[in-house]
Amino acid sequence: MSANAQTHHILPIRVYLAVGTALLVLTAVTVWVAGHDYGEYNLIVAMIIAAVKASLVAAYFMHLRYDNKVYLAVFVGALLFLAVFIILTMLDTLRRGDVNAIETGPIDQNAVIYQQQVIDTSHTGAMKSVDSASTHTSPAK
Amino acid sequence: MGATAIPEYNFLRYPKGLKSWLLTQDHKRIGVMYFAAIMFFFFVGGLLAVILRTELFSNRSSFMSSDTYNQFFTLHGAIMIFLFIIPSIPAAIGNFVLPLQIGAKDVAFPRLNLASWYIYVVGAFVCLFAIVSGGVDTGWTFYTPYSTTTSTSVVSMTLGVFILGFSSIFTGLNFIVTIHKLRVPGMTWFRMPLMVWGLYATAIIQVLATPVLGITLLLLILEKLVGIGIFDPAMGGDPVLFQHFFWFYSHPAVYIMILPGMAIISELIAHFSHRHIFGYKAIAFSSLGIALVSFLVWGHHMFVSGQSELAAIVFSFLTFFVGIPSGIKVFNWMMTLYKGSIEFKTPMLYALSFLFLFTIGGLTGIFLGALPVDVHLTDTYFVVAHFHYVMMGGTVMALLGGIHYWWPKMFGRMYNEFWAKVACVIIFVGFNMTFFSQFILGTKGMPRRYHNYLDQYQPLHAFSSVGAWVLGFGFLIFMIYMIHSLMRGRPAGNNPWGVLGFEWETTSPPPPENFAKDPVLSHGPYDYDTVLIQRSDIAAQRPVGRA
Amino acid sequence: MAMTHTDTHKSHLAHHFSDGEQQKEAAKLGMWLFLLTEVLLFGGLFCTYAIYRSWNPDMFHNAHKVLSLPLGTINTIVLITSSVTMALAIRSMQLANKKQTMWYLATTLLLAGTFLVIKYFEYAHKIHEGQLPGRFYTFQGIEGTNPHVFFSVYFMMTGLHGIHVIGGMTVIGWLLYRTSKNHFSAAYYTPIEMTGLYWHLVDLIWIFLFPLFYLIG
Repeated sequence: MSANAQTHHILPIRVYLAVGTALLVLTAVTVWVAGHDYGEYNLIVAMIIAAVKASLVAAYFMHLRYDNKVYLAVFVGALLFLAVFIILTMLDTLRRGDVNAIETGPIDQNAVIYQQQVIDTSHTGAMKSVDSASTHTSPAK
Repeated sequence: MGATAIPEYNFLRYPKGLKSWLLTQDHKRIGVMYFAAIMFFFFVGGLLAVILRTELFSNRSSFMSSDTYNQFFTLHGAIMIFLFIIPSIPAAIGNFVLPLQIGAKDVAFPRLNLASWYIYVVGAFVCLFAIVSGGVDTGWTFYTPYSTTTSTSVVSMTLGVFILGFSSIFTGLNFIVTIHKLRVPGMTWFRMPLMVWGLYATAIIQVLATPVLGITLLLLILEKLVGIGIFDPAMGGDPVLFQHFFWFYSHPAVYIMILPGMAIISELIAHFSHRHIFGYKAIAFSSLGIALVSFLVWGHHMFVSGQSELAAIVFSFLTFFVGIPSGIKVFNWMMTLYKGSIEFKTPMLYALSFLFLFTIGGLTGIFLGALPVDVHLTDTYFVVAHFHYVMMGGTVMALLGGIHYWWPKMFGRMYNEFWAKVACVIIFVGFNMTFFSQFILGTKGMPRRYHNYLDQYQPLHAFSSVGAWVLGFGFLIFMIYMIHSLMRGRPAGNNPWGVLGFEWETTSPPPPENFAKDPVLSHGPYDYDTVLIQRSDIAAQRPVGRA
Repeated sequence: MAMTHTDTHKSHLAHHFSDGEQQKEAAKLGMWLFLLTEVLLFGGLFCTYAIYRSWNPDMFHNAHKVLSLPLGTINTIVLITSSVTMALAIRSMQLANKKQTMWYLATTLLLAGTFLVIKYFEYAHKIHEGQLPGRFYTFQGIEGTNPHVFFSVYFMMTGLHGIHVIGGMTVIGWLLYRTSKNHFSAAYYTPIEMTGLYWHLVDLIWIFLFPLFYLIG
């Protein structure tokens, strides 16, 4: 009698075969689904199926369902940091040039900041809000 | 005081022979081998720095062409980062200290540990090959598209760094498993020395971030050799993507450098204040906090690279979070000092230098993390000064503190305390002369990596160069008294500092199996208030002061 | 009970572990951390994929049509089956059935070889057509900007995956040899278990590569 045999769960063979069959069925499903067009949901559907398959492999073949949860934490941690990597990088790549439209557009002469300058250069001295910068540039002072 | 002689049976002498060293699986020997290697590269990198500063003394070329200058600063950066500072504390000090501190006989995978040393050596040789086969002039960051178009040896340099990455991953992996599985019975997570927490947080970053550097360098090599076009704008690629990939590793890598430094400081401050460390759990968790946040802020290196404004704002915002765990640590260290009976031995002097210099480095980091300020200061000497205050004022000061602290344990001999203090003061002064002037240069607009510069910067540059010579002189003294200590130092005895911790209960140097008999955990690592009454051997070595 | 176990397998126990269980757990944690590094290594490429697909959705759609869906599907089935046989090899060793273990390992090796052979035909076809990465791209039939990027990503990801398959085959071959030499038993089969974890990860990555390259909607 070994210590390992007691502490380590030996799964019945039908579990492996069932999971294997489920994976093959899901493969068929994902190929079949890809033949249909769901517009932008195509990718999402394909990824959901892949995630289910991956979870089956991790849970049963890799024994994450039965093992110490530290291993699960390591694995989930890897996926989380990968997600951070991809999301923060795409925050850049998908949003480049957002301000170009504002920067290259015509200057809005009616914007509050310009109104203040107009008042400022007209030497009225009765500005509603005087900040130190505009006071310095004012030739009146 | 202490023992009269060095114990005959120690890991340095047994087993005997060169072969027993080259094939050793003893973590202490591997630590010593790493130590020798990193000190060598620290010397090389430091020499390059002194040469660079000498060249920069005048604002015209004095003895170097601009191409040589480019290669020299690249080598200085690459050697210091990849060959010295990343492996320094974890692989050299950590390897030696970690198993001792948790009462283990070795790390979890001794063979892997030896393999990681050899991988380090191979990687170092590949990098050296790059240096002799044409050098590299890209800066240590290898930014595309310059790195893919320059004719210098970028491929062998990146290949070398790629190989070094494996060494770092294996060390980190080894440490995590060691800390999880090999702690002495009764040492719960919150009874570990804080050094172990720091190494744990470091190891997490090493394991998580380094693979991304691996794939980045692989892509760079493919880009250069076969032109896959991923980073080439002419082929629909994006050079900024390289920067994302690079900094996803290299920003956390900055914490690979500083976290173990902080770990050493936690030890030094507690032990030389002879007090229970203030806020143990806060310090422990802030290490993990820094490790976590380090993965969310890399874009602050790219504020002017052309990344989207949204990303820049988010990264700038997230960067401020780094200040929280770092601040927690600094305040806890200060609270530990408060009303402690502080002993100003050399390691403590370095710890106090760290506290001062790291705080400056950290605060200027917050300035640079602020998006609008950074746009002004990007690629100026302000940045150079900032990261030298963190890397050198932080990590290297901590490393020096750690070296002085564990030196007697490693080699069984004491160094000359007087000369050590003198060197410490000279290094501190030289460091501030060199780099504080660079803060001013930076705010005045002096760009980094420039060979020649305008006349108005000359006085500060000259001052900085003199500082570098002072700094170099300090390290010269350090080298001399340490070599003297190796040969003729007075035997240290088991516990020369009169401090707590498993590593001080075994002989100095420890026997190959670490402990003569299995160590038993009887108290926490910082329980000075309760233990001193019972342990006369430690109490005897305490300075006269508060009970 | 525990004593007999330690006695019979003393040779596997390294000096710094107190018992076999501790050693096994350490090996497992180490292996999972290694898998974590693998996930992030591939992660860089997944990120590259995500960015270039988001920039050129139409080009990716057009380019994926030149990949062979039947071959990709067959390879998926082959790799999933090899994962099943690998899991069964471990189970057989847990039950101390050496002969069965060897059969399952051999089948896994064979399936992995099949995967590579099919991959070879796919690669050969693409090389012939000039559907190659970066500056080697000479194919004309794909509409959209920069179709070579698709093949850069395709070859890097499947290539790195292929290298992992070759690595896995090497280790499985070594396991076959060690099993035949009676190195393993129901009490000690850690190397097989660790290799199994690695092999399942290789399968797991392919499970994502398949829809990402062959099934772009």
